[in-house]
Amino acid sequence: MVEGILFVLMAMTALAGAVTVVVARNPVYSAMGLLGTLFSVAVLYVAQLAHFVAAVQVIVYAGAVLTLFLFVIMFIGVDTSDDRDERLPKQRFWVGIMAGVIVLLAGGITLGGNFNWVPAAIETNPEATNGTIQAIAEPLFTDWVLAFEATALLLTISAAGAIALAHFKGQRS
Amino acid sequence: MIVAAGYYMALAAALFVIGALGMLLRRNVLVMFMCIELMLNAVNLTLISAGRALNDLNGQVAVFFILVVAAAEVVVGLAIIVAIFRRRSTASIDELSDLRG
Amino acid sequence: MTDFLWLVIALPLAGAVLLHFLGRFVGEPRSGWLASLASTSAFVVALVAAWPFIQGGEHSTTVLLWEWMPAIGANLELLWDPLAALMVLVVTGVGSLIHFFAIGYMRGDDRFHRFFTSLNLFMASMLTLVLAGNYAMLFLGWELVGLSSYLLIGFWFTRPSAAAAAKKAFIVNRIGDFGFMIALMLVFTAFGTLSYAGIFERADEVLSVGMATAIGLLMLVGAAGKSAQVPLYVWLPDAMEGPTPVSALIHAATMVTAGVYLIARSGAIFEIAPIASTTVATVGAITALWAATIALAQRDIKKVLAYSTISQLGYMFLAVGAGAYVAGVFHLVTHALFKALLFLGAGSVIHAMSDEQDMHKMGGLLKKMPTTAITMGVGTLAIAGIPPLAGFWSKDEILGSAFADGGWFSALWIVGLVTVLITAFYMVRQWVLVFLGEPRWSQDTSPHESPRIMTIPLIILAGLSVVGGLLNTPFALALEHFLEPSFEYVTLQNPPEGLAMFAVLAGLSVMAGLIGGGLGYVAYNRPKERWLDFEDGFEPLWGTWEQAYWVDDLYGAAIVAPGKKAAEVAAFGIDLPIIDGAVNGVGAAVRRIGELARPLQTGYVRNYGVLFLGGTLVVVIWLVAGS
Repeated sequence: MVEGILFVLMAMTALAGAVTVVVARNPVYSAMGLLGTLFSVAVLYVAQLAHFVAAVQVIVYAGAVLTLFLFVIMFIGVDTSDDRDERLPKQRFWVGIMAGVIVLLAGGITLGGNFNWVPAAIETNPEATNGTIQAIAEPLFTDWVLAFEATALLLTISAAGAIALAHFKGQRS
Repeated sequence: MIVAAGYYMALAAALFVIGALGMLLRRNVLVMFMCIELMLNAVNLTLISAGRALNDLNGQVAVFFILVVAAAEVVVGLAIIVAIFRRRSTASIDELSDLRG
Repeated sequence: MTDFLWLVIALPLAGAVLLHFLGRFVGEPRSGWLASLASTSAFVVALVAAWPFIQGGEHSTTVLLWEWMPAIGANLELLWDPLAALMVLVVTGVGSLIHFFAIGYMRGDDRFHRFFTSLNLFMASMLTLVLAGNYAMLFLGWELVGLSSYLLIGFWFTRPSAAAAAKKAFIVNRIGDFGFMIALMLVFTAFGTLSYAGIFERADEVLSVGMATAIGLLMLVGAAGKSAQVPLYVWLPDAMEGPTPVSALIHAATMVTAGVYLIARSGAIFEIAPIASTTVATVGAITALWAATIALAQRDIKKVLAYSTISQLGYMFLAVGAGAYVAGVFHLVTHALFKALLFLGAGSVIHAMSDEQDMHKMGGLLKKMPTTAITMGVGTLAIAGIPPLAGFWSKDEILGSAFADGGWFSALWIVGLVTVLITAFYMVRQWVLVFLGEPRWSQDTSPHESPRIMTIPLIILAGLSVVGGLLNTPFALALEHFLEPSFEYVTLQNPPEGLAMFAVLAGLSVMAGLIGGGLGYVAYNRPKERWLDFEDGFEPLWGTWEQAYWVDDLYGAAIVAPGKKAAEVAAFGIDLPIIDGAVNGVGAAVRRIGELARPLQTGYVRNYGVLFLGGTLVVVIWLVAGS
């Protein structure tokens, strides 16, 4: 029952935040909307016993990434000139069609009544996917250790790349 | 009581569609970037829910990796945006169409 | 002694390579001296290696340098036997003298070092040809000689006529090479090898008469191309566009004798095929007379010598066709000496006359350039067959051998005898026109004797032309004994035995020579109007000769023009619309499809995003529908 209430609340805030991201003319509002969505999703993680991932979500996303976004927004100025009318021909037409297709697809699957997707496993052992730090660390450092090291390399490279790009001495045109 | 995975999937789908719409309709590079993050979060949510429904911890491990990659992507992507802005003084994606065929 | 034999080829080749890359820095006189040094050293090495043969009693040896294609007997191997030794000595000896002469003749030319590069390259090629131990290597030398000949004829390629002459020589030679190549293929089919060693020993057991005749006739085609025989001789007169030392070296003394050498070397095959041999002799006799008559009426000093060369080569073919291989090779040697002398003398005259070659504008040069005049006089007498000079002995041996063969060869003997008369006439005519009579040159040319670097080779060659005949007189057959090991597989045809027969035959040919020479002297040692009248008296024959029987025009109309027409059709009728059209059509089609696809690339990231999402959706729907 608790999870049900949480799901309804958090789904609403997440959707509201997402809509704000897309609709707001001021990028700062978009960032705030994104913040709301990220938090809501983090709560939903916790509701599904993914504690560690939820913590990382809050720290990395809501903390670091969003701060970075705000930094850049401030750096290049709050640009509200993004007007509403579309200049690319048929862009909205095709986007609308595809959104409709996706909604139809999702609706079809939903109405197909497959909500209770293999629930039996959870019923028998609800603690099996309890994502504590120890529980995550075990597969991470055994099965996925190579990928883990690769992400370390990836982060190093991206940091170096960001520095190189930031040092870019181009002429303003 | 446990909320069935299908509801989480539906929420994720909704978030993904909203993100995709923003991605395709907005012109501000930064907002487009945020929409990408939205879509990534939607996918993460499906992974967590599916992992729980299938009784498999690897779903959470995958989300962890996606978070790392997303962080790296944000770093580089924002650096590129800054570099472009320094050169072109614009944050509108439609101005950057030099690769027209 | 044969350990260092490879140096004979390597030295001129090294000279050519060195001069090619560094000639510009070596400078004008020195690059000539370097090339001459390379050539002379080759001569010395060859002389040392040939010494055992000269002393007698040494066997022929084969020196294997590198196994190239042992399966078909095509290795880089040198056959060192008396015939090869003789050829090498002639090529390097005469070649060296001409190198020295050229240092003086080419003075002041912009591409002085280039000239000597090509000259050395030619030496290396020719030596490869004569030293080869199998037909494959001989063919290699054969083609290289053709290439260097092309380079040297077209040395002054800025003149259109020189470029055309070089092209003509190359193409006509290709026709001959074609026959030669088929001959080599037949040889390989019959023997399974191209090595001399594997061919000549077994020739009479392996070859049928028909096969031998086919090989012989095809080899004759190749030899006729290289040695300028009827009907492939047309390139040689044009080749006079090259510098005169080139004419002397290549188109008189060495390269053109390659055909004779080839037939002499392949004597074992011709031995089995009497029809082929008779054809060779007949072609030779016809060429001798044909070219001699053309030479009668030429005005260009070098053209006379060119046709004379063709005619003398005809004699050599007559000899080898009659089975008198030694006589043919003997004439090859003596001819190399006196024809090189005559060409170099002509070069000296041309040099003195500031590049004037028309004999009508010469005359009276005896006082101006006595050395050239006297040495050329010696050459004239030698080629006319006046005893005891070189030409007499060799020509007489050829005629005697033809006579001794009897039958059809008697007719060829008569042709040869008539040619002796004509030869003497046109050579004396040339000498008289150039050196005697009134000076007919214009006031602003001042003829002068050539420098010593040019006259010394002339004097040496004149001396050799006098004594060269003593190599092989009926009284002492030195050359025949020397060459015997090379002709162990053939029966040599000799002049009739006995002093009386010799006296009669020699007397006939000497008389022919004296009559021809005397007539020439009487006819031309007169004022210009008189001998012009004399020439006009022979119209229209004289004009026909002067135009060389219009053979060039005939070939031009019968072969070259249709060829050009066919090439035109192929180029503008087939290649341009169909082949090029197809290629361009493919290109245009790709371009048009590209134009169609171009609007897809709008450059707008959001458009790409739509396409991307659409594609993903299609895949998803497909997966959902499929499950």
